[in-house]
Amino acid sequence: MTEQAKNGFNNRQACGLCCTTIEDLRVVRGKNVILDDVNLHIHCGELTALIGPNGAGKSTLLKAILGDINHSGRLSYLNAIGGDSVKPVIGYVPQQLQFDPGSPLSVLDLFAAARRRRPVWLGAGRRMQKHAAYQLARVQAEQLLKRRLGDLSGGELQRVLLALALDPMPDLLLLDEPVSGVDQRGLELFYDLVSDLRTQNDLSIILVSHDLGLVARYADRVVFLNRSIQKVGTPQAIFTDPEVIKSFGLVPLEGIAPRPEPVAQKIDWGAGHGKRN
Amino acid sequence: MASVINALHWLLPFEWMQYHFMQNALLGVILVCPLFGLMGTMVVNNRMAFFSDAIGHSALTGIALGVLLGMRDPLGTMIAFSILLALGISLIKQSARSSPDTIIGVFSSTAVALGIVILSRGGGFARYSNFLIGDLLSIQGREIMLLLAVLVGVLIFWLLFFNGLLLVSVNPTLARSRGKQVRALELTFALLLALVVTVSIQWVGILIISSLLVLPAAAARNLASSMRQYHVLSLIIAIISGISGLIISYYWGTASGATIVLCAALIFFLTVLGRQMRPN
Repeated sequence: MTEQAKNGFNNRQACGLCCTTIEDLRVVRGKNVILDDVNLHIHCGELTALIGPNGAGKSTLLKAILGDINHSGRLSYLNAIGGDSVKPVIGYVPQQLQFDPGSPLSVLDLFAAARRRRPVWLGAGRRMQKHAAYQLARVQAEQLLKRRLGDLSGGELQRVLLALALDPMPDLLLLDEPVSGVDQRGLELFYDLVSDLRTQNDLSIILVSHDLGLVARYADRVVFLNRSIQKVGTPQAIFTDPEVIKSFGLVPLEGIAPRPEPVAQKIDWGAGHGKRN
Repeated sequence: MASVINALHWLLPFEWMQYHFMQNALLGVILVCPLFGLMGTMVVNNRMAFFSDAIGHSALTGIALGVLLGMRDPLGTMIAFSILLALGISLIKQSARSSPDTIIGVFSSTAVALGIVILSRGGGFARYSNFLIGDLLSIQGREIMLLLAVLVGVLIFWLLFFNGLLLVSVNPTLARSRGKQVRALELTFALLLALVVTVSIQWVGILIISSLLVLPAAAARNLASSMRQYHVLSLIIAIISGISGLIISYYWGTASGATIVLCAALIFFLTVLGRQMRPN
């Protein structure tokens, strides 16, 4: 293995050939159908945003893709070379950690626990320290290496988790954005980083988002989910769709997006926007 | 074992070291305290204090079952019952809608009540009160070897599976995405914890066993800023409070388990103070 590949910096070229396919995915918990009839193609080099009301099953869909929740249906990943189905490397950024903020868990500990066999309580070692610092640098977080996880701000924690999800470089990146706790500057930095990754590393990215303004700005495709897939399309098409606007309620979209300034100012709403006023 | 005791004699040339029971008790402390210091780091991280308390309480039922079966040493039924209880709690916790606290509480109180009902039949409960407060001074060579075996087992588990366990405690789905077997890790840890608590309960005591698990780790996390420091400090605090508690209990004539817990509690409050005094 080359040093480059070991560090996960094997920048792939955008090909548009590899894709992840979800077929007839269904999740049932007790008697409740949480997700039904989900069919989705996710192309590499594309940022697919998943939006929908609370309880729509967005986080559940990510967990089902990871295999953390029992589900029926098929998930396949086709790589660019032979089109063969292989097991993809999936990176995951959780919405929140259950972790007690008082726990003495450093960022370095987290990387060492995920990447090494050697138990963390024996210490991480020089090489791991260098490796983790290198990985953190790409999300502008190298200064956080020795900090305790509980001492990080929401935005810092999100970037650390992103760096962890990118080590090793995944084929498919699943991001579950926290509902709150990340300030606007942190959010924009995060979206910038993810957006760059998509183009530089040819990643397939699924992002559960609560910030429709940022989705409109960065996503290539938007999936509107509410137990099953209601709409798929470009941000422009989705945000002008009367059904979507109705589903988010006739309350203005700003109500859903935690943004200080009105979302509408930053988005070209086209014809649909006029109808709402 | 004789050479170990000779070495301890040389290291600790005190009056109390002349007694055979104190030598054994010291060996017991040197094994039990690291065991608890180590397991405690994860118990505190995973908020499993109540769970270990419930396992400790279930020892009463284990003893009662042993008595019913006419066994002289109920350790076998105690271990069997605590493992059954740990399995039950872990499985029901996954599917039930009630909070883990409620489920553990239900199991724990049922087990305690069942144990007391069986043991108090005919008014003979006082015979078993040793289990409530523990009796470190009566530990024998065979039992010390059992503790040593458990400590070695825990160390091996900690070497092989600690990283996975740590990731699960951070976020189970994240652990899953890194290829860890989340359910298996959680279950193995719960069963191991049940085993550790049960084999030590006779020496430490049902009433205070979970404090001995929680206090060293809770004190260590007040000072530590990495997993390595957390473990080193927790082990040191556990051993210091164990040895000093044992010596104090000898001179005061008090129950050794409770005295050890008091020492650990004192260290905990000192670390709280130390944390307050530190800048930021």
